[in-house]
Amino acid sequence: MTTAVPLTSTPQLTAPPVSSSAVAKKKLSSPWASLAALVMAVLWTVPTFGLLISSFRPERAIKTSGWWTFFTDPTVTMDNYKAVFDSETGVAFGSFFVNSVVICIPSVLLPLCLASLAAYAFAWIDFRGKNILFLSIFALQIVPLQVTLVPLLEIYVKGGIAGTFWTLWLSHSTFALPLAIYLLHNFMKEIPAGLIEAARVDGAGHVAIFFRVMLPLLTPALAAFGIFQFLWVWNDLLVALTFAGGGDTVAPVTLALANLSGTRGTAWHLLSAGAFVTILVPVTVFLLLQRYFVRGLLAGSVKG
Amino acid sequence: VFTTASATLALPFPFATATNTGEKLLQMVAALLIFGAVLGVILFLANLSGNTGSGRTTAWLYLLPTLLLLAVGLVYPGLRTIYQSFFDAAGNTFIGFDNYHTIFTSKDQQTVLVNTVIWVLITPFVATGLGLLYAILVDKARWESAAKALIFLPMSISFVAASIIWKFVYEYRPDQGRVKQIGLLNQIIVWLGGKPVQFLIEDTFKLNTILLIVVMIWIQAGFAMTVLSAAIKAIPDDIVEAARLDGVNAWGMFRNITLPSIRPAVVVVLTTIAIGTLKVFDIVRTMTGGNFKTSVVANEFYSQTFRADNQGLGSALAVLLFVLVIPIVIYNVRQVRRSEAR
Repeated sequence: MTTAVPLTSTPQLTAPPVSSSAVAKKKLSSPWASLAALVMAVLWTVPTFGLLISSFRPERAIKTSGWWTFFTDPTVTMDNYKAVFDSETGVAFGSFFVNSVVICIPSVLLPLCLASLAAYAFAWIDFRGKNILFLSIFALQIVPLQVTLVPLLEIYVKGGIAGTFWTLWLSHSTFALPLAIYLLHNFMKEIPAGLIEAARVDGAGHVAIFFRVMLPLLTPALAAFGIFQFLWVWNDLLVALTFAGGGDTVAPVTLALANLSGTRGTAWHLLSAGAFVTILVPVTVFLLLQRYFVRGLLAGSVKG
Repeated sequence: VFTTASATLALPFPFATATNTGEKLLQMVAALLIFGAVLGVILFLANLSGNTGSGRTTAWLYLLPTLLLLAVGLVYPGLRTIYQSFFDAAGNTFIGFDNYHTIFTSKDQQTVLVNTVIWVLITPFVATGLGLLYAILVDKARWESAAKALIFLPMSISFVAASIIWKFVYEYRPDQGRVKQIGLLNQIIVWLGGKPVQFLIEDTFKLNTILLIVVMIWIQAGFAMTVLSAAIKAIPDDIVEAARLDGVNAWGMFRNITLPSIRPAVVVVLTTIAIGTLKVFDIVRTMTGGNFKTSVVANEFYSQTFRADNQGLGSALAVLLFVLVIPIVIYNVRQVRRSEAR
């Protein structure tokens, strides 16, 4: 559900940095606190690190010895990554990768545009039935995707677009709308009414206000939700599995990885490299835009 | 019913199946252009009517595409699934509550329910606890942001990739001759003098289910940590300072200052993770496929609907998922309301 965590940034304080937890920690005697944090950080990192090391080891080495022996017997190869993109191994992640990109871009842009328009209408225009409609859309956030899949698939089959990118674009956009509208609405509500009044006095209509006043102020919120939605679509399995099928015509790379794990569960040279190919994009996006991502997270969500 | 109709070939290019990279990209651009044109028409019409009256026409124009998508893509399918849950496997014969009866009485389905309960009872509390602990431990540390990123990174990768990372940790090699373990966990057991275990198959004491839950905790702790860390930093300094001058000890500080201040955030994190856990599907499917008594409701929904072709039971499971989410959401909303009222 949506959160009570305030989105508004806390003012940077110049006073000596003391927080309740810092005090708690200090009294806990710092070395132990640091050690506990270190243990947790190591536990959280080692699984990923092990697979990452493995992805650079030769196939035979992966299958006959643990990745920790790498440090005593380091052999590095790029063969696994080549194999993952090679059509001869039957993996051929290349076309799945293209699919992921083709799926993601419209699936992020469509809901962003539609939700901005809807959020504007809810935030700044008065019309009959507004509150009940907004509440209904807000409530739709809790509908699990599972409830919609089969009837949606039937609709797509009847409409003749089953098995095309359209099914994924439309599904992802639809599923994103309730949360996007709610978040953007909250953000727009915080924009001072004076700004909008001033523009109206100048003779601007709702379209002009939307573009000239709202959109520039909305950029951080749009970025936050955009990243959120991008990661969600890129990492999605259920929607892709239902609508895209397993072939390389529309299936995204996450689905290709899941299928690889299902059919060749012990081919660790392929699985390790494949996993990191799919991880690369979201992690890069995350590291570059961490600030917006965290902001989106703090705005809170439940989706799916 | 679910196979791609050959009729798609008759559709114009933007809607037909694209086969190579060029065509795919072109289709994407075409789709974006079509979408842009729709938006253009809406804005044009809104502009025509916008300067007169209260803007009611503008509002409905802005809402039109959204309402259309939500009605066709969420509301209708949701209602349709509820309707379908009262029909048999093929979806032809009305059978009342039989599907729901099956969920609660069949032995396989009971395992599914028990597993789901275990998931929802363990994951939110452990993930939130660890996230909170870590947030406190690294708060104001010199390397705080780097330390947080380490815990937070799993949040950004797919459940499928996370499952593969952990499947490798749990990997098992038979205990014979000179065969070496390649999974870290089994190697540690061997180093300690034990015998390797087939972790994902072993269901004594729900071991395999708990090991799957570990993956979810690994992912969700970062979420809990981020939200709770922000909440901790929002606690007013004067309260902390006053308590400190009063000589409140570490535990007292946590118990009487930190925890009450971040209570609303803790509730939100717990409920958010609980809802996410209810819907967990990718992890179970990737790691065990729901075999070895590890299935949960969301995974069983998929298996029944698309593997066993039992549409009725699948729909009932989806509805059950929906019903289970509702009390958690209501609890969340009430708690948030209460904290806002104060």
